[in-house]
Amino acid sequence: MLKIFKYLKESKWSVLAIIVLLVIQAYCDLALPQYTADIVDVGIGQKGIENAVPQRMREETYDALRMLMTQEERELLSSAYEQVEDGTYTLCAGKETIEKLNESMGIPILILSMAEGGGGMSESGTFQSADGSEAGSFDSAKAGGGIAAIEGMQLSDSHVLALREQILEKLGDSGETLITQRALLFVQEEYERLGMDLGKIQRNYLYATGGMMLVYSVVMTATAILVGLLAARIGAKLGLNLRERVFTKVVSFSHAEMEQFSTASLITRSTNDIQQVQMVVVMMLRMVVYAPIIGIGGVVKVLRTRTGMGWVIVVAVAMILALVGILMVVAMPKFKKMQTLVDRLNLVSREILTGVPVIRAFSREKFEEERFDRANRDLMRTQLFTNRVMNIMMPVMMLIMNGISIMIVWFGAKGIELGNLMVGDMLAFITYTMQIVMSFLMLTMISVMLPRAGVAAGRIEEVIGTSAGITDKEQVKDEKLKDVKGVVTFENVSFRYPGADEDALQNLTFTAGPGETTAIIGSTGCGKSTLLNLIPRFYDVTGGSITIDGVDIRDLSQHKLRSLLGYVPQKAVLFSGDISSNLKFGGDDISDSRMMEAAEIAQATEFIEEKQEKYHSEIAQGGTNVSGGQKQRLSIARAIAKSPKVFLFDDSFSALDYKTDVTLRRALRKKTGDATVIIVAQRISTILHADRIIVLDEGKIAGMGTHEELLRDCEAYREIARSQLSEAELKGGAAV
Amino acid sequence: MSEEQKKSTGSGEGKIGQNTSLAGGSKAVRRPHGPHGGMMPGEKAKDFKGTFTKLMTYIGKYKIALIAVMIFAAGSTVFNIIGPKVLAKATTELFNGMMAKFAGTGGINFGRIGEILLFLLGLYALSALLSFIQGLVMTEISQKLCFRFRREISEKINRLPMAYFESRTVGEVLSRITNDVDTLGQSLGQSITTLITSVATIVGILIMMLSISPVMTLIALVILPVSGGLISVVIKHSQKYFTAQQTYLGKINGQIEEVYSGQNIIKAFNREEASLAEFGETNQILYQSAWKSQFISGMMQPIMSFVSNLGYVAVAVSGSMLAIKGVIEVGEIQAFIQYVKNFTQPITQVAQVSNMFQSTAAAAERVFEFLEEPEEDVTVAGAVQADQESGRQMKGAVEFDHVRFGYQPEKTIIHDFSCQVKPGQMVAIVGPTGAGKTTMVKLLMRFYDVSSGAIRVDGNDVRNFNRSQLRENFGMVLQDTWLFHGTIMENIRYGRLDATDEEVIAAAKAAHVHRFIQTLPGGYQMELGEDASNVSQGQKQLLTIARAILADNPILILDEATSSVDTRTEIRIQKAMKNLMKGRTSFVIAHRLSTIRDADVILVMRDGDIVEQGSHDELMAKGGFYEELYNSQFEGQDAAEIA
Repeated sequence: MLKIFKYLKESKWSVLAIIVLLVIQAYCDLALPQYTADIVDVGIGQKGIENAVPQRMREETYDALRMLMTQEERELLSSAYEQVEDGTYTLCAGKETIEKLNESMGIPILILSMAEGGGGMSESGTFQSADGSEAGSFDSAKAGGGIAAIEGMQLSDSHVLALREQILEKLGDSGETLITQRALLFVQEEYERLGMDLGKIQRNYLYATGGMMLVYSVVMTATAILVGLLAARIGAKLGLNLRERVFTKVVSFSHAEMEQFSTASLITRSTNDIQQVQMVVVMMLRMVVYAPIIGIGGVVKVLRTRTGMGWVIVVAVAMILALVGILMVVAMPKFKKMQTLVDRLNLVSREILTGVPVIRAFSREKFEEERFDRANRDLMRTQLFTNRVMNIMMPVMMLIMNGISIMIVWFGAKGIELGNLMVGDMLAFITYTMQIVMSFLMLTMISVMLPRAGVAAGRIEEVIGTSAGITDKEQVKDEKLKDVKGVVTFENVSFRYPGADEDALQNLTFTAGPGETTAIIGSTGCGKSTLLNLIPRFYDVTGGSITIDGVDIRDLSQHKLRSLLGYVPQKAVLFSGDISSNLKFGGDDISDSRMMEAAEIAQATEFIEEKQEKYHSEIAQGGTNVSGGQKQRLSIARAIAKSPKVFLFDDSFSALDYKTDVTLRRALRKKTGDATVIIVAQRISTILHADRIIVLDEGKIAGMGTHEELLRDCEAYREIARSQLSEAELKGGAAV
Repeated sequence: MSEEQKKSTGSGEGKIGQNTSLAGGSKAVRRPHGPHGGMMPGEKAKDFKGTFTKLMTYIGKYKIALIAVMIFAAGSTVFNIIGPKVLAKATTELFNGMMAKFAGTGGINFGRIGEILLFLLGLYALSALLSFIQGLVMTEISQKLCFRFRREISEKINRLPMAYFESRTVGEVLSRITNDVDTLGQSLGQSITTLITSVATIVGILIMMLSISPVMTLIALVILPVSGGLISVVIKHSQKYFTAQQTYLGKINGQIEEVYSGQNIIKAFNREEASLAEFGETNQILYQSAWKSQFISGMMQPIMSFVSNLGYVAVAVSGSMLAIKGVIEVGEIQAFIQYVKNFTQPITQVAQVSNMFQSTAAAAERVFEFLEEPEEDVTVAGAVQADQESGRQMKGAVEFDHVRFGYQPEKTIIHDFSCQVKPGQMVAIVGPTGAGKTTMVKLLMRFYDVSSGAIRVDGNDVRNFNRSQLRENFGMVLQDTWLFHGTIMENIRYGRLDATDEEVIAAAKAAHVHRFIQTLPGGYQMELGEDASNVSQGQKQLLTIARAILADNPILILDEATSSVDTRTEIRIQKAMKNLMKGRTSFVIAHRLSTIRDADVILVMRDGDIVEQGSHDELMAKGGFYEELYNSQFEGQDAAEIA
């Protein structure tokens, strides 16, 4: 799993940028509900008046408030307000001062408004304190006088503080909210007295808040798009690099590594696995990183609201996690089982489809239908179960989420009653809770997905981490080979497959010279192809040495060595392109005439000429649009066009019918006069006239010589010959 | 909020389902699927309407259940939609209570709020219950449907003419059983449910919004065309990059496959550099189209959420204005905001559903196409009886009477072939690769019917037999050894299902494979793995011979049974085959002419037609194609003669 993060190191700056952008995005995302809350609480509830600090006030109000303040607060007040021409005071302070002032203004305003309350401010009603008693009666000395009564009084700091203490005590728990609310009402009244348009103030507030929301939305969208851009680029870049690295690595692999992984698995690793890692990385950058940011942000916001309902979030997350957990525990084993059942159904289907002729020949249709039915029914039962279980998830999850909202409203109502929060805050709280729960949900989902991507990453890593088994020596002796004759000599060669207990080839010694045909024959699994694979260094010998003109092939560069060889594999492999691109595969310097000559020798001219585009006829991937025999002939022509010093034929003629085989080999012999030819064969007829036949038996040389010599001396050879030739031919062959 | 949850939980569930089906799906036919499959121009059915009508008749069986699904889905949605509005009542109550409290005129009415909330809880619980039941029923329907489709396909396989399988790969048919049926089952349930809930949501929300405030509804609806326009712009631009990405993804996968499987050739011909360069080029193009398509499609979501935020702000501000005027209540603003937020989603869902229906139809069409393939007639009226029960076992006389045949009616390949085979005789069919040697066997077993003339077994035209009875009289050993996943015992017994263990072992002995089986872990009870990879090719061949011996049929067909095994095993197989052929009419297709010299009749084929027939000596004496063919095995004998 960590490996995925490792890949991101290469683009760490972009990742960093993404994280910063996501933080910004989360900030905006989380700010929006707060603004909605403000619209509800301030915009509607407080009629657009944000706090207890009025924008403007009358001179007498100013003076009265001033009086009810401590010395320090008075200074703050005078610094914040400026008297304008008509005698009113206008706010001219910065945000910070306003906030400070807001704290100091509350109680003086309360006292003042209570004092006014006695003076007949009937429209605002009588103020009720929490305990229901008439709050205004607490200080009869000042109660009756209104603003005028307070005017002219000079209260000392200690007096002011004592007065406040007294009031706070009376108000009890919910005092703070009450003070704020009272102060807001006071400000509203003050505005009214000043003749200000209250409706306009409210509208302006709504527009301002709405405007801010829009700004945040724009920023959020912009960051999200930017994150999308960066994530897409990082992901695609990652895919690009991984593909490049894996591909380069695989091309450098020797046979041993190819076999260790198997071609099919390497293909999956280079395609699906990389694709998956790429997808997960993009998703991770865009969503997974975002989830914790928004989750933490949500928690911070919630804690800041002082609602005391944090526990609801814990309950919500716990319930969701429990639900997911239970479902996983219940469904996971069945999901795993389902996979095997799907495989089983596929297996049975595949067997039926591949066995159609046999099934019909034995009239076993009913038998197969029953077999299929069993697999089908098992799968359906399990799928029904898992689907049912997963079916529970969505409704229950929604019920939990909705239930949580209801819970928040209920407990929020209690909180509002106590004056701990306001309705808008509660609505914002619901939104934050949902965001937090969602981010947890996202994390659980990711935790299911990540291991899977981790497996893919591990499989890719495995390929990249494997080093090619065969590499060039630091000091190659390519220059030693000039005017190559092509004498291939095996000196006491042994070979053991990696991890095997026994040698596949043991102590082989022979020489194949130029102008000669050396044939290797033996039963399946005796090591014929292995022997051939040692010459182009698909594998390296584990004992002894192979030399070309006396130079150990391991001292040559692979490039030089292979440029001398013309290899024709057992199974012809063509590449997409056209016929000519395939025939000129051996080098860009192959001329058209040389290509055509090679096609002629390989008996391919006839069918190439039949095609409309001749040598430019398209070859599909894997050569699927030419027949097996044609493929093989093109594969042979490809090797001939290269004009190699040494030909290696790995049972290359068996896909051809006898006649083509014969003509082809005859033409080949004429044209390849001085080349060394090494043929691996199954059919004895193919090698009847080789200059040297090597009979391999269980990795050892059981006999070497011409057909006649071997027929006379070698029992293993006679056995092979007997199974393929009639008595008459055996005798006839011996007689020649 | 509820719809939002639905979206994310819904997609979560979808992912789990999708992954399992992906992993489980056959890998035989790899359909391109990129990271954003949903954005691709989806696969389309050729005949959408016709396919859907057919699909509906299949679903018709579950009509009542389906109606229930619809009702439950709609009900669940409706209750869910009412939710916010009811919650709004509680909020308003709370707000008013708070305001009253501040104003000193009252307090929060907890009794009322409690009532509302309990009612709401009930509503949500009911909605959840309905949605749960709906899901259960839908699962049931789609799973049963999948089951039925699979079963019908499996039965269909057995009724299709042989030609069908020869013109198609196994993967193609397999992908219909797995991928297509899976897609069908999954997307059908999903698309029906989504369609119902989306439409119900849209209508419901619209009603709720209107009931709160027509003015605000109008404001909210203005946003819709804006988002619709933006989305279509994004889709239009991303489409070309998606197509490019898919193309190059396919191309690069092709390159990888090609180079990896031809890696030794690449090395042998020193082409590493060239293929790396080619790969790098494609990779670079893929990179460009990949990030562009990802980026543009990734823009969808932020743009959508911006538009929805726009609506959110507009609704919040306008709602507040209305609330101040007393037209609507405070709680209703919150409810309305929720409705607006949830409004865009079902609309995009409806757009997706049409895509989903398309891919459902495409999958269904392939399944129906398969199920509607013309079948071969299985039984014949007044069929000739030829099974052990009727006591009329075949003797094995075969007669080809002026047989004329072509795979395509206009291309006759066998022109006029006649031949009499007596019971117990051995007939060899030889010829170069691609000469059509298996055609004769296919005709004999009635995998194909002759164009004119007749093939008779024991004097009866093969067309007068029930196919299965005719075929039961043939034993077959093919080049491709077919064994299934099961024990060795079961595999041999496949030849005759009622054979006792002793009979199976006797057959294995006759096939010279008994000793080998005993060396295996578990002996006869050993499970053969996938494609029986734990047993060598030659041994598999011996097992199929044992199976044929056990079947004990009067006529035997051996198709290149020894071509892919080594010499020693071959000797064993030939011995086993000699045992097998004793007393039976046998048709042997051979690559190696040395194996069939003793045949009673040799049919020499070339370019699909039979060019010569006779015994080995007759044909050699004739000095025709057979002689040429035969001699070419031993090229050296006299090269000039052949040329």
